[in-house]
Amino acid sequence: MTAIQNKPTSPIAHLTDEDVENLGRELDAIRQRVLDTRGEDDARYIRTVIKAQRGLEAGSRAVLLFSLFPPAWWLGTAGLSAAKILENMEIGHNVMHGQWDWMRDPKIHSTTWEWDNASTAEQWKHSHNEDHHTYTNVLGKDGDLGYGIMRVDEDQRWTPFHLGQPLWNAINAMMFQYGIAAYDLKLGKNLKTAERRANPEFRARVKSTLRKIGKQSLRDYVVHPLLSGPSAVTTFTANLTANVVRNVWTHSVIMCGHFPEGVQTFTKASIDGETRGEWYLRQMLGSANISGSRLMHLMSGNLSYQIEHHLFPDLPSNRYGEIAPQVKDLFDRYGLTYTTGPLVKQVASAWRKVIRLSLPNDFERRLLGGRAPVSQRKVDVRAA
Amino acid sequence: MTSLIAGTARRPLRSIAQMVTQPLVPRDFIDLIDPLGSSRDLRGRIDAVTAETADAATIRIRVGRGWRGHQAGQYVRIGVDVAGVRQWRTYSITSRANAKAGRFITITVKTVPDGVVSNYLVRRAKAGTLVHLDQACGDFTLPATRPAKVLFLTAGSGITPVMGMLRSHADELADVVVVHSAPTADDVVFGTELRALADTGSVRLVEHHTAKSPRITAADLDVLVPDWADRQTWACGPAALLDDVEAHWARHDLADRLHTERFTAPAVGGGDGGPISFTRTGSTIETEPGATLLEAGENAGVLMPSGCRMGVCFGCVIPLRNGAVRDVRNGDVTIGAPDAGVLVQTCISTVAGSCEIDI
Repeated sequence: MTAIQNKPTSPIAHLTDEDVENLGRELDAIRQRVLDTRGEDDARYIRTVIKAQRGLEAGSRAVLLFSLFPPAWWLGTAGLSAAKILENMEIGHNVMHGQWDWMRDPKIHSTTWEWDNASTAEQWKHSHNEDHHTYTNVLGKDGDLGYGIMRVDEDQRWTPFHLGQPLWNAINAMMFQYGIAAYDLKLGKNLKTAERRANPEFRARVKSTLRKIGKQSLRDYVVHPLLSGPSAVTTFTANLTANVVRNVWTHSVIMCGHFPEGVQTFTKASIDGETRGEWYLRQMLGSANISGSRLMHLMSGNLSYQIEHHLFPDLPSNRYGEIAPQVKDLFDRYGLTYTTGPLVKQVASAWRKVIRLSLPNDFERRLLGGRAPVSQRKVDVRAA
Repeated sequence: MTSLIAGTARRPLRSIAQMVTQPLVPRDFIDLIDPLGSSRDLRGRIDAVTAETADAATIRIRVGRGWRGHQAGQYVRIGVDVAGVRQWRTYSITSRANAKAGRFITITVKTVPDGVVSNYLVRRAKAGTLVHLDQACGDFTLPATRPAKVLFLTAGSGITPVMGMLRSHADELADVVVVHSAPTADDVVFGTELRALADTGSVRLVEHHTAKSPRITAADLDVLVPDWADRQTWACGPAALLDDVEAHWARHDLADRLHTERFTAPAVGGGDGGPISFTRTGSTIETEPGATLLEAGENAGVLMPSGCRMGVCFGCVIPLRNGAVRDVRNGDVTIGAPDAGVLVQTCISTVAGSCEIDI
């Protein structure tokens, strides 16, 4: 992809300013309809998911006390992986977005929640909710575009470092929770100069992250194995496996949100004085969904409805599926492309891009001998 | 890490349990099975709902392990989930006070028009529902040395704390007059029980029905209870009655013999804008219509947390302790309460009438 402003034909050229504002009003109306009907059933939903997740986690860890016995290892590992995925995705991510703050339950609230992830709730909320959701897919502003280690857009400058990005991406997938923590700490930027390294605020944040990683590691790799007695080694491998499974799964789902082909990016200048309608439009074009079963949606934390989530990050996740047809209808009526596909297809698309962009933009052209470049001409979207 | 090790040495079992359940606490798992067992988060379970009158009901609540008991006349703050939203209100405890904390308490609730919680409790609450509680509190209670002569002056649901006192201590009080007002005889909450107390001579009951005759004022007491000035008086009821009573007692220089309890509902201002108080900072400023709490705070030099400034990131939420705010996006009004965890996004909220936020 290329920043929408730099494309030869803009996918939004046919929309007038008035269209964009009408689009915004229609989306506001969808949001309001959900708010008006938000209530007891939604509250029951999240409490049921939390209860089920905790039951599954406790049960799986209990089974793993006997992990020396292979069926117990498999059952416990599968259960713990699923529990960790639910905890991070459908519960942690969404609670920390404030999706359930309306219940005024201090136990299920964005300001009190802590999750089973290396990144502390505080830091994750800042980098995710403030930076990523506000500046979604704006080149140079939204660090989620490649997490600072990868090039996922033609308009990001290529350096030889990017040659290794298929490998960086694979490693990031396996260690995703640590990748997120490093990213939320802005390690790349903050470790660069001695002055930044010495910044007490930065040091305090590193310390709290390390403390959290320490506690989690102690739990998964020391205490639970020790409690398993003769099954210590197998419980250790089970917990390690569950963490890796959760990491790879969440990484894959999240890659599908903004990296697949068809998703648009935006230049920094284009968001100056952005109206609410234009902000909505950017979210619509900057996200991609994953199609699938209800189980797929649950296990992705309903990030399979990434478009709906980006439009309304504070609506309860269980409602995204319900509004998706209305949102899709808006895309159709306004002549926009609703990017979606099954998980395997979207993951493959994102990976293809990671591999393709590990090379410079014109590499392919030069290799194939002078075929038309992907994008060269600049179009001012504002004038369109 | 060192603090972890030190903690393990002091309380090994608890520390290990904490390590096992991290980042949750063991209690989060025990709560799945035994929510009443927590002593930190006091909870209760509705055990029975019994109608008292056409629009009042008594709710019997099995209280959780942390309950420390109550004195007759005190109230309890109770949190119930109505339409999924935790709502906190206070109600007088009407059950007998025991020296030892009992396993049950009752509150008696009368519906108020548009009352979210009172209507829920009277009409919809079911046995088995989990509720959240605070310890009983309030000083609308009898002194340890029981006064020789007592007057209870009540109206409507104002009888509830008094009923708690009568049930607990009627036999310790030698001379009690109860002056109670309600629209009709059928509307008297605890009517049967009060009349029975009067029949046995435990109290002298003056029942007044406002549907037929004008409201009682303090001036009427000279006729109804000629020795009212000699009595220690506990008054509870609508604000108009209490204002009148307080003024009357003050005029007679008897304010020290009067104890009052008010049930006040938060007033929602109709307009946009109004004064905002920052409780920790200790300042109050006037806001313009349309100005958000965040802008107001920042303009006043308060260190406001902030994030996206568009209602998305929840980086700016602050507890609303009192008053009301309006969501600029849809006009929804949120009403605050002290320590109730009512958090508002300051970037998209304006003052509705007046408000106090905890920063």
